[in-house]
Amino acid sequence: MIPHGIEVLWEQRDAMLSGFLTTLVIAAVAAVCAGLLGLMLFALLISRVRAVALALAWLIDLMRCVPFMLFCYLIYYGLPSFGIVIGNLMAGIIALTVYNAAYIAELLRGGYVALPREGIEAGHAFGFHGWRLLLRIILPPVLLASIPMLGNQMVQIIKDSAFLVIIAVQELTFTANEIQATYYVPFASFVCAMLLYWALCLMVEAGVRVVLTMAEARR
Amino acid sequence: VGNAEYLALAAGAANTIAVSVLAIAIGTPLGLGLALIRWSQVRGLDGIVATLVSLLRATPAVTLVLLVYFALPTVGLEIPRFAAGVATLALGSMAYNCEIWRAALLAFPRDQLDAARAFGMPRGLRFRLVILPQIARAALPALVNEMTLLIKVSPAVAVIGVTEATRAAVRIGAATYDPIPPFLIALAIYVVVIGAFVATQRVLERRHREGAFA
Repeated sequence: MIPHGIEVLWEQRDAMLSGFLTTLVIAAVAAVCAGLLGLMLFALLISRVRAVALALAWLIDLMRCVPFMLFCYLIYYGLPSFGIVIGNLMAGIIALTVYNAAYIAELLRGGYVALPREGIEAGHAFGFHGWRLLLRIILPPVLLASIPMLGNQMVQIIKDSAFLVIIAVQELTFTANEIQATYYVPFASFVCAMLLYWALCLMVEAGVRVVLTMAEARR
Repeated sequence: VGNAEYLALAAGAANTIAVSVLAIAIGTPLGLGLALIRWSQVRGLDGIVATLVSLLRATPAVTLVLLVYFALPTVGLEIPRFAAGVATLALGSMAYNCEIWRAALLAFPRDQLDAARAFGMPRGLRFRLVILPQIARAALPALVNEMTLLIKVSPAVAVIGVTEATRAAVRIGAATYDPIPPFLIALAIYVVVIGAFVATQRVLERRHREGAFA
């Protein structure tokens, strides 16, 4: 039975590869967008406008209590209620982006809180303010300290992307499930999908290690 | 949202809690078992456990639940949806908890073990009286954090037809053509359940910190 499953998967390798590439592209696009949005949210979180910072902190705490799958449904079925009609792929990418941006903003804030104050005060004294203070003085050490956590979040985005199967985005798990349903080879197709997810996550881990050594070398 | 809908959501919430609590109750001790295998560096098993944990940690819950539910019958193991859901979440929890327990074990001061050994304390007793109470305390915040993560991936079991809170909300939304209210109620359910875990974690951490300073 298992050799038969492998045979079927080999015949379906183009479909599997396309599902894998879809997952890869979705995760990459969502990671970049979530990173940028997370940076903006982080800037607001540590801004001097207390009301905005507090409201945002509250929203982020709320987001951290929401399962991604529920959030995904909320975007997919909820946005049309407000007259915004988008396709399932777009809805999936938006859901992944917004959801993970909240986590990224929070983990950056964690890195910021742990930062020694002297550097920032020195920056103030040298006349750095606003955006220049954020980009030149605050962000470099915060990002450096957050590299492993950002890697974890990237893995989370890859894993969350599998939830998009529920809104029929044709990513890796969706493809594995289709092959399984058509040819009745559940073991081979899902194990193959698992191995591909594993490969992606191991690549992220390796990437984090490379970035860390590079950062260490430049210090 | 009428009475019947509220009832369906309440049943969904009960399922969410049942699946999560069972998976936590199974996954946490299993994780400790795996961590002990790695910690004591059992030859051969050590590498297998490390590989299994790495693979499971990289696997999305949705993919794993589909595998468990559809693949087990092909080897003659018919299991109900609910049990497949619990097994899946427990496997994930086991993998994450293994790393948490292992970190606590690696941080455990070696000299205490040597002292216990010098007093002729047998291995089982050493673990139960010396190691376990201390690593449990050290691992607790991370374990609770992992529990909240488990609750957040628990909607994955809806994919194989377990009607937990999220699926209940989707069905109500589909039936009433008004998806927002049931989603907001489901959201409130998760906030309460996860909030309860986070609040417990805060209290325990505070107590721990006070204990450390005392």
